[in-house]
Amino acid sequence: MKFLIALINGLSAGGTYAIIALGYTMVYGIAKMLNFAHGDVIMAGGYMMFVTLTLLGHPLWAVAAAVVFCVVLGIVIERFAYRPLRGASPLAVLITAIGVSSLLQSLAQILFGSATKMPVKLQISGAFKIGSFDIAYSTLITLAVTVVVMAVLTLFVNYSKTGRAMIAVSEDRDAALLMGINTNAIITITFAIGSALAAIAGYLMLCKAPSLSTTLGAMPGIKAFTAAVIGGIGSIPGAMVGGILLGVIESLSYSVPALAPYTDAVEFAILIIVLLVKPSGILGKMRREKV
Amino acid sequence: MDKKAVFNFLKRYLSYIIIAAVALFYTVMSLTGSAKTADLYLLEKIAIAIILAVSLGMVVGFLGELSLGHAGFMCVGAYLGGKVSVILEPVLGNSFPTLLISIIVGGLVAALAGVVIGLPALRLRGDYLAIVTLAFGEIARSLFMNAPEALFGGTTGLKSPRFDKNSLFIVAFAFVLITIAVTQNLLHSKHGRAVTSIRDNEIAARAMGIDVTKYKLLVFMISSFFAGVAGVLFSYSNSRIQSASFDYNYSIEILVMVVLGGIGSINGSIVAATLITFLNVKLQTMLTGDLAVLQNLFYALILIVIVIYKNAPALKTFREKYNFKNFMALFRKKYPIKIRRFSDYGRRKNNQHL
Amino acid sequence: MADEKIINTSEPVLRAEHLSIQFGGLRAVDDVNLTINHGELYGLIGPNGAGKTTFFNLITGVYKPTSGRFYLCGEELTGKSVIDINKKGIARTFQNIRLFGNLTVAENVMVGLSNQINCSMAESILRLPRHKKTEKEFKERAMEMLKVFKLDPYADYLAQNLPYGKQRRLEIARALATNPKLLLLDEPAAGMNPNETQELMDDILFIRDHFDMTILLIEHDMRLVGGICENLTVLNFGTELAQGKTSDVLNDPNVIKAYIGE
Repeated sequence: MKFLIALINGLSAGGTYAIIALGYTMVYGIAKMLNFAHGDVIMAGGYMMFVTLTLLGHPLWAVAAAVVFCVVLGIVIERFAYRPLRGASPLAVLITAIGVSSLLQSLAQILFGSATKMPVKLQISGAFKIGSFDIAYSTLITLAVTVVVMAVLTLFVNYSKTGRAMIAVSEDRDAALLMGINTNAIITITFAIGSALAAIAGYLMLCKAPSLSTTLGAMPGIKAFTAAVIGGIGSIPGAMVGGILLGVIESLSYSVPALAPYTDAVEFAILIIVLLVKPSGILGKMRREKV
Repeated sequence: MDKKAVFNFLKRYLSYIIIAAVALFYTVMSLTGSAKTADLYLLEKIAIAIILAVSLGMVVGFLGELSLGHAGFMCVGAYLGGKVSVILEPVLGNSFPTLLISIIVGGLVAALAGVVIGLPALRLRGDYLAIVTLAFGEIARSLFMNAPEALFGGTTGLKSPRFDKNSLFIVAFAFVLITIAVTQNLLHSKHGRAVTSIRDNEIAARAMGIDVTKYKLLVFMISSFFAGVAGVLFSYSNSRIQSASFDYNYSIEILVMVVLGGIGSINGSIVAATLITFLNVKLQTMLTGDLAVLQNLFYALILIVIVIYKNAPALKTFREKYNFKNFMALFRKKYPIKIRRFSDYGRRKNNQHL
Repeated sequence: MADEKIINTSEPVLRAEHLSIQFGGLRAVDDVNLTINHGELYGLIGPNGAGKTTFFNLITGVYKPTSGRFYLCGEELTGKSVIDINKKGIARTFQNIRLFGNLTVAENVMVGLSNQINCSMAESILRLPRHKKTEKEFKERAMEMLKVFKLDPYADYLAQNLPYGKQRRLEIARALATNPKLLLLDEPAAGMNPNETQELMDDILFIRDHFDMTILLIEHDMRLVGGICENLTVLNFGTELAQGKTSDVLNDPNVIKAYIGE
């Protein structure tokens, strides 16, 4: 029974990772860059929720405001920090992304201070009881949201015109451009979607534990990227599989007392093993540079 | 031609001369007892920063890969080197051999960690190394913190022996010189060419028989070694090793030094490391509490602005027009007399065209 | 004249037997057999997508063949890595030039010389006398090589600042610096005008004689192929369409059909 609870909690945590990982993997697939600031967009969304909650009082408004804010933020970051470097070395792009990440964190700290905020109104307490054990409502909500997000995104990417343009850009940006696809617009849309997902992930995190600090997105961000790599970077189903796998591993590792303090180490050890054994990840395909 | 040779000589050896001169000056000062403790502390910090920046610069500038775990390697070096010094203290006393052995052990263990981390990550695209090293830094910290208290002191940290405050900086500067020498000598050799060829075009380098993985791993290992050395020096300088000191922000700070100094420039790294450390130590007393974050904001802006300025394809013509070299040339053109006024005054009269 | 060159070694420099590679369902190179003797100038031609560059990638270790083997001077190299194959003696140039752009022209050649001159990392770091000696040797041999290709005036230029034709020559010089037994040239005349192509033909013949080299080249330019190659293999859809003496192959109706159509 204990194992089952750990598993369900793991699925829920994994759902959040998967949603964040989707943001990483889509941007990686399409803009060919590691958007280091993705985790901090989550954090920014969290603060937006906090502010809206204080002003308007209802969590629903807060989530909506956060989604809008994150989308705008994502687009602004792409436009002003990443787009000027399109065509520059990957190292330059990566360093800029790190700079953006630090910038967002320090701006948040200047605006809101370093003390942890508690937007308790976002919290969803209570639990669903089955016999002797309970599953928190927040866990169920996370699972539901994850399933919906995955379904919508899969449909969008595979069946909408924009979605298929995204696939085209990720396959070959120059060829897509020659086929009349506005690659800049596609990249902007990708950032917008990724950032909206970040806001949702932020809500899912805060509805479980309403504690908001400037590093809210940092560790989940790294872990979600890990999940994306494990699943196969650039692959949308891969991000989902990787995210859920990582969540389950994390939860199971927490439930074993001897492993609990080393859970992070366990997860990254798995990343390193995956990189050694199958660098392309579970569902990714290995891309070879053409010689 | 002659001018160029002089310039190249200065480019390579001026740093050694200046560093040795500063070290010598303060050695004399500390021997005569007129050096302030605060100054010596600042010197130690600068020396540590230079070692860190130059060694990270090897990875970022010459390998073209990004490591975000430099503070993590430092952490490994600090803890294990520190542990060795604690073990050796009863035997050898708080002496130079204890310090030297712990520095070397710290460096070697960090280098080993570098191999373990680099082996899977360096075979792949650069982004992987960034994320794996970042994860490594965080894990290393938490492992040392969660280890049994008898071993590494838990959250309160490990107390390292105090080396003579008046001479620790000399050891630190000796290692600065070693770091620079190793980096430069490596770079100006067939191995250095191999490394830069990999950065330029990995596929072609392979086709020329360059053992890409070996070189990447070696450079990463040497860089980690010096991070470990800096870690031990850091622990001696602070007299306590706490995992909180080696967080992600520290790695970023080192990266800022490398970027500010100009990626690929050893001398630039040295200057930037000195400058930033100087500011850090001086600002520490001024910027307290929430204001301390201004520093991080500043770093973030440095990273973004400098990297975009230096790399954006659209700014290429702008860069070629407004750069440091042209600025200096402009300065010379505008104020030619000012520059030559001292030594050449008499001669200028005879040679008006000058 | 070049046709009568006497081949003096018993083992062929390159022997490929039933070499094949499959990507998914596509057989990019299918059962190709090839023998190149010492000192030969051998051409590999075929329409776009015929598998020529893939064949190069197979015998330089970029891809591992799905089946078949290949030998360099009798030694089997099938399945070896790119690095090892270069060390064994196959050097190549690339269709899209791959120089080390931020290194100087001389340094590019010196990278090619890396495995020819030994100096351990420790010796370099400690600046032992051996380092100084070998660095001097590096410089001399690089300059020697550059002189052959008339690139010595540009030794200190960054490779990326060279004009196109010189970049192609530098790439060949760099490949030769690795002291190969077999030199592979991947479309050396791509993007060149007729004058430059003529010059290149002279260069290739000169390289063969000066370095006593065996050369396998991929080319589209029929004039170049017909002018300098002694033997040809024509690939089409990954398979051999024709093989043999240049004059025979170029008059083969099948070859003409593959190139010009019905």
